[in-house]
Amino acid sequence: MFKSLDFSTTLALLLMVSSAILCVVYGAVNWNKGHDPSKEEVQEEVQWDKEEKKIDDELGGTS
Amino acid sequence: MNFDPIILTIIIVAYLAVIGFLGYLGYKKTKTSSDYLLAGREIHPFIMAISYGATFISTSAIVGFGGIAANMGLSLIWLTVMNIFFGIFIAFAFFGKKVRKMGLNLNAHTFPELLGRRVESRFIQIFAGAVIFIFMPIYTAAVLTGAARILETFLGIDYGICVLVFTILVGGYVIFGGLRGVMYTDALQGTLMFFGMLALLIVTFVKVGGFFNGLESLAGLADQIPEGLKSAGITSWTHAPTWGSPMWFIIFTSLVLGVGIGALSQPQLAVRFMTIKSNKELNKAILIGGIFIIVMTGTSFIVGPLSNVYFAEKYNLISIAYAQGNADSIIPLFINEIMPTWFNYIFLLVIMSAGMSTLSSQFHAIGTAVGRDIFEEGILKGKLKSTTSATLITRVGIVLALIITVIITMNMGVGVIARATAIFFGLMAAAFLAPYVASLYWKRLTRKGSIAGMISGFSTSIFCFLFLHGSEAKVFKIVEFFSDGEKVTLIPGLMSVVDPLVFGLPISIIFTIVVSLLTKVENPAHVKKCFHEM
Repeated sequence: MFKSLDFSTTLALLLMVSSAILCVVYGAVNWNKGHDPSKEEVQEEVQWDKEEKKIDDELGGTS
Repeated sequence: MNFDPIILTIIIVAYLAVIGFLGYLGYKKTKTSSDYLLAGREIHPFIMAISYGATFISTSAIVGFGGIAANMGLSLIWLTVMNIFFGIFIAFAFFGKKVRKMGLNLNAHTFPELLGRRVESRFIQIFAGAVIFIFMPIYTAAVLTGAARILETFLGIDYGICVLVFTILVGGYVIFGGLRGVMYTDALQGTLMFFGMLALLIVTFVKVGGFFNGLESLAGLADQIPEGLKSAGITSWTHAPTWGSPMWFIIFTSLVLGVGIGALSQPQLAVRFMTIKSNKELNKAILIGGIFIIVMTGTSFIVGPLSNVYFAEKYNLISIAYAQGNADSIIPLFINEIMPTWFNYIFLLVIMSAGMSTLSSQFHAIGTAVGRDIFEEGILKGKLKSTTSATLITRVGIVLALIITVIITMNMGVGVIARATAIFFGLMAAAFLAPYVASLYWKRLTRKGSIAGMISGFSTSIFCFLFLHGSEAKVFKIVEFFSDGEKVTLIPGLMSVVDPLVFGLPISIIFTIVVSLLTKVENPAHVKKCFHEM
């Protein structure tokens, strides 16, 4: 099938396809795995946003 | 190319209207620095994956590297292997999850900020920002050159005008839309790119009589390989170059290793991991990203060599001869030849998209390096209190990036797209990869270790570019000057084709580890904060 290719190029083609399959399988298997943002993370983010808005309000600026 | 001016105008105006609308959506949703710099850390996994892929794959990959593949053969497929395995799988499954969490723990908004805050070093943030500001325009210019060459070939518009039009268009939505605008437009552009490249692959296979027949015909063209390439190690376009030959070193050290590994520490890519809510989104993005990249660079590196078969059969010329010696013109000319006219309209948008999606992220990365990393943290020492001013400074930084890029692009030579890309990717890997990996995985990393790794890798690379690596040394002419024109590099021969990354990265790794082990962790409590819940 790959008779016109040498070993290195054949290997590259096979690894290219295998790597893509690895991504697909990994993504599919772990589709819903991995925790949602923790309460602490959400609070932290809300806090950063509040601080930024407060500073802007104090300075009378908007973006 | 025979484009109907009315149809062309309608298509381009409609495309730009949609892009403009997405940029406007980004602008409307941008309220805080976090929105402008990180798209509010709530981007959908599909948008994130396609945006990452579309940023990763530019006109440089399609036009520049596709043209190089036409000359160097199918060995370039090794770069696709690296792009998928390192650029997507390792980057997302391992680095991405750590970057997302640590970025949040440290409230880091840019890649330099993450590296700097990890070891509480303002110097690192400024240094990394300065390296990005100074060197990224070379890569940006390469991408802009690729996009402008396509427009020039397809539409017959003057190259200089193409450069200006592209810059103004992209600059507009980056300046106003921030990273949200960039990522929304990327998603649309990435989708267009995906289907366009898939169609190019299929049409190419049809034109050369199928994949396997095409490979056989390509193998049969070995006797037409130019003498210069043959003597440098390319004996067949279906085989790897001769082991240890100059071409072997160029392909495997510069293009495959430099660009393949270099992708891991690209600031404009790494920052995307900080834009999503949780690791769940990253897992989904791996699936989408893997498919996207194989269709993008896989197509480019297969179509490039196979273009020789087509041109040889039709004109009895190999691709580089048909393109009159300019490798950057091979893919545009090939597309022009094989695609039906109606599809060329679509493909024009695909190439515009590939250019715009990468350029927008590059301009954003350079702008944030100037605004956030150098000015806000460096000059004002983090004392800027208003987010409005912060965003304004970043916007000014982006305008500066646009101007520098246009100047470089106007003065860029021919056939340099792939080389300019490889320089930037290699330099980023040599300077940042070791401290970056250590920042994410090694609690024993110290501030001094991180600085030592960064500076040693960076300076080794710069030294190599100036004195050892032929393609850059002959531009700077320093060795030539001091040797009265006798030598171009300090060590002629094979050493002049080994990529600087081969020296820079190991030195950076050694310095990062050794200096960290010889010094004490400055603030253990801070390290604990960095790795909180990781």
